[in-house]
Amino acid sequence: MTELTHLTIAEARDGLKAKNFSATELTKAHIDAIEKARALNAYVLETPEKALAMAKASDERIAKGQAGSLEGIPLGIKDLFCTKDVVSTAGSKILGNFNPAYESTVTQNLWNDGAVMLGKLNMDEFAMGSSNETSAFGPVVSPWRREGSNVSTGPSGAIEGTHLVPGGSSGGSAAAVAAHLCLGATATDTGGSIRQPAAFTGTVGIKPTYGRCSRWGTVAFASSLDQAGPITRTVRDSAIMLRSMSGPDPKDTTCVDLPVPDFEAAVSRGVKGLKIGIPKEYRVDGMSSEIEALWHQGAEWLREAGAEIVEVSLPHTKYALPAYYIVAPAEASSNLARYDGVRYGLRENGRDIVDLYEKSRAAGFGREVKRRIMIGTYVLSAGYYDAYYVRAQKIRTLIKQDFEKVYAEGVHAILTPATPSAAFGIGEKGSGDPVEMYLNDIFTVTVNMAGLPGIAVPAGLDAQGLPLGLQLIGRAFDEETLFATGQVIEDAAGHLALPQPWWA
Amino acid sequence: MSVDQKTVRRIAHLARIAVTDEDVPHLQGELNAILSFVEQLNEVNVEGVEPMTSVTPMTMKKRQDGVTDGEYPEKVLRNAPVTEDNFFVVPKVVE
Repeated sequence: MTELTHLTIAEARDGLKAKNFSATELTKAHIDAIEKARALNAYVLETPEKALAMAKASDERIAKGQAGSLEGIPLGIKDLFCTKDVVSTAGSKILGNFNPAYESTVTQNLWNDGAVMLGKLNMDEFAMGSSNETSAFGPVVSPWRREGSNVSTGPSGAIEGTHLVPGGSSGGSAAAVAAHLCLGATATDTGGSIRQPAAFTGTVGIKPTYGRCSRWGTVAFASSLDQAGPITRTVRDSAIMLRSMSGPDPKDTTCVDLPVPDFEAAVSRGVKGLKIGIPKEYRVDGMSSEIEALWHQGAEWLREAGAEIVEVSLPHTKYALPAYYIVAPAEASSNLARYDGVRYGLRENGRDIVDLYEKSRAAGFGREVKRRIMIGTYVLSAGYYDAYYVRAQKIRTLIKQDFEKVYAEGVHAILTPATPSAAFGIGEKGSGDPVEMYLNDIFTVTVNMAGLPGIAVPAGLDAQGLPLGLQLIGRAFDEETLFATGQVIEDAAGHLALPQPWWA
Repeated sequence: MSVDQKTVRRIAHLARIAVTDEDVPHLQGELNAILSFVEQLNEVNVEGVEPMTSVTPMTMKKRQDGVTDGEYPEKVLRNAPVTEDNFFVVPKVVE
């Protein structure tokens, strides 16, 4: 029998149904793998007792023929989702030992369908980062290593050598899925935080259309951009998980009242007759020839499968990232005003209330979060609001219109690279200039600005043996086409062999 | 546009984040790097363009204006660092 941790969600579901193994056995296999992988720092909190109790309940429901669509499937949860009576930190010190009295809608949807929670996954602080290096709980180690790399676990079990980052902000989610420490993970994406780590770790990640998943109970970063989505090892698994995570929610007014399609049914639809756009503005200066070749290859695969490939133009592409670095910090500065040292989380005493706020926030927030709050405060401040914030929101309208024009011309989906490079090493980027790190999201951020769905699918390896991903961007609320198209890429590229557990 | 050290201190105060003298120069450098990066937005002609207010075209859902939740002070207060008689405790704000 294949190792239980190496199954896909679809295979595990079928195996549980056929009673080849129990949910308890499946969960135990993952708990063992997580214990041996602590050096990767993917989980910030393991919840084995809860996992085993949930698995036992799943086994009982399976025996009674009452299995849900994710019955007994062990998942990891990004620590941005509030989980009832389980400490939720958002990767920050400022939340302290925050223990929510409520469950986020997305995770509740998963539990309602029978899924099992293995624990909470590491992430960049408040989801602000592209490498998981801003986490208050330390960086996540990517299970991937460059060819010939000397990264290993030393005698103490700690990582030695310059390891690679898993991407971010959903770095723990991506690393855990790639290292077989869960069958799938929840993640969130404000500027690329699902798709970039998926691309860096050879996994699949989809950010659905804004409004597809409820944001209720998920710690807010930039409310007009934040969306939850899954990271999994196959396109089919993402379709299965997203269906469960999505759906209307009276507690979030921005969550749409649309029925959730059977995403899994769309996976085998194929691309015959679809028009796929290749945006010329994504051919950026200094793009590596490997990424360029992979992009061509992706288009060729889709053409061979029956799609029509057309060049399209999205003229405002280059302005998406700078506009994002006004809109997202502005919204963050407002959202993060709630961390005041009074109602929850870290408190540093002060001589008066303002001093208490200032000291608590200075001690609780990390550097990246502080600078984004400050940029946001500046662009919203008197005299600068029109020049920065209103202008950025106008540019956002133009970015959205670019996409609408292309879709009105009959294009069904757009193919781009997911990231400008493969994963980099820890400490290699952004130490002097924060913008160097921000450039990681150049291909993904347009999608958030326009509220569209985007999926990253592994498509090949670079010369150093590291995974590279392609991104497909869809029409609003047409994730189905992304699953169909993503499956064609996955089939053509062949499954990447994920890393052997050198860390165990 | 770029910010001077005085402005950095003013922004930090508006954001309610205490900064030390050592923090200010590097914060100034980082903020100016970001501000210089976003400068390119000035190239774009935005005349007559509506600023985005909602990314998906949808009518906002409305609900009955009624109380649907509450009456559990212990849940509201359970994560508060300091409480007294079902209140949050803060330093004295009125003389």
